[in-house]
Amino acid sequence: MSLLDGSAEAIAHAVRSGAVSAREVAQAALARIAERNPRLGAFTDVTAERALGKAQALDAARARGETLGPLAGAPFAVKNLFDVQGLPTRAGSKINRDRPPAHDDATLVRRLEAAGAVLVGALNMGEYAYDFTGENAHDGPSRNPHDLSAMTGGSSGGSGAAVAGGLTPIALGSDTNGSIRVPASFCGLFGLKPTYGRLSRAGTFPFVASLDHLGPLARSVGDLSASYDAMQGADPADPAQAARPPAPTRGLIDEGAAGLRIATLGGYFARGGEPAAFEAVERVAHALGVSREVELPGAEAARAAAYLITMTEGAALHLDRLRTRAQDFDPEVRDRLIAGAMLPGVWATQAQKYRRQFRDEALRLFADVDVLIAPATPCRAPAIGQKTFWLDGREQLVRPNIGVYTQPLSFIGLPVVAAPVWTEGVKLPIGVQIVAPPWREDLALRVAQQLERDGVAAAPVAGT
Amino acid sequence: MSETFDPAALAEAMAAWLGLELTPERRGPVLTHLRIAAEMAAKLPALDDEAEPAPVFAP
Repeated sequence: MSLLDGSAEAIAHAVRSGAVSAREVAQAALARIAERNPRLGAFTDVTAERALGKAQALDAARARGETLGPLAGAPFAVKNLFDVQGLPTRAGSKINRDRPPAHDDATLVRRLEAAGAVLVGALNMGEYAYDFTGENAHDGPSRNPHDLSAMTGGSSGGSGAAVAGGLTPIALGSDTNGSIRVPASFCGLFGLKPTYGRLSRAGTFPFVASLDHLGPLARSVGDLSASYDAMQGADPADPAQAARPPAPTRGLIDEGAAGLRIATLGGYFARGGEPAAFEAVERVAHALGVSREVELPGAEAARAAAYLITMTEGAALHLDRLRTRAQDFDPEVRDRLIAGAMLPGVWATQAQKYRRQFRDEALRLFADVDVLIAPATPCRAPAIGQKTFWLDGREQLVRPNIGVYTQPLSFIGLPVVAAPVWTEGVKLPIGVQIVAPPWREDLALRVAQQLERDGVAAAPVAGT
Repeated sequence: MSETFDPAALAEAMAAWLGLELTPERRGPVLTHLRIAAEMAAKLPALDDEAEPAPVFAP
């Protein structure tokens, strides 16, 4: 097996020990990107020169006897809404390509590089992150490595394709309503959406500031945890970041689910999806020995509120561009944004006011439960180009409705790990959400680690 | 709120007010999204006057 099919931590171990040089890893990753990206549509920019320079610097540091970081030599890539010095931050759009190249890297790019990881490029995404499909009108769709005719999910679609396709072991994405968790579910990956305000968003192009989160996708829980830990820490450049000390998780995840009070979410989270979504939850619950089901009152209203906030805040962000460059948008994104600009302000305010009440409902639940399990998506990956599906007994638009189970949870900023579950004989996976109280990413990661260790959740490179 | 939500009237008025061009190609999808938004708004619960707005939210 190629080192590239393994974990970032395994690569870092090999680089630190001298079994392989960082330059050899970077060259292998760049060769694999050149070979596989044409059919996956994952990368929009490859930063080959930068990657080789960084790798060479790591090798030189090792030769001098310096201690290398926990992700030394591990290739990673970022959704193209992250600033990468020298590249225009396109955020999936045609319009942003006219912007000057980024002067600096985003904070999280700098932090992963400080841990030794090697940036190899920027990744395809749905335009302006208003997307759950992984399709892009300007760059073409990212394709699901497990079935090239299927969606990756979005909007971090290139991130899903890159990691599931074995192009990088780790990728960064953003998650406003589910855009890390949906590609994790469709592409068979682990994805972490941390607590709102945990990781700095400085140097990234926003979508809905009051809901935007950043986080990693990976093929192992160890990589998810290690990369998340490397990115923690205060950053005055992001005014929405909470003033909290880092809470490292890598040393905790091997505790697994032992001693945790876990329940599945019923009610809203147990209806409306395809059977596969609920079968995945049942399998996870069975494996964890969980028989308790609880309800989170108000979830449907929370999803509605998140939907309205997204429409109005997103529209406000893009109003000038909608006036002057409407023809340069992806029509499916543009028309949702235009509608959002027209909504009564009272709806947006009512929606924002509901966050506190719904958060209080969730905190009451967490008084005697540590972790909640719910479906991540209502179905496995639809076909690329599919416009409608049947959900809750009605034919509905795909694009606005893939996030029915993710939206209520990001609405109140809860940390969630998406974990992929497979069914024998079925090509595509489906994810479950492992939901923890605010600031307790460690609990969600511990449960995910237990599921990975027990073989209930797995994130293989496609075709291996 | 009135039971007779008219997305077409809202769209025409707001497009002119906001300076947005509502071409025939855009009109149908925009009305669809306005209808969906109205369905969503109908799901929001009534809140106390004192309910705290959360434009910047700290979990």
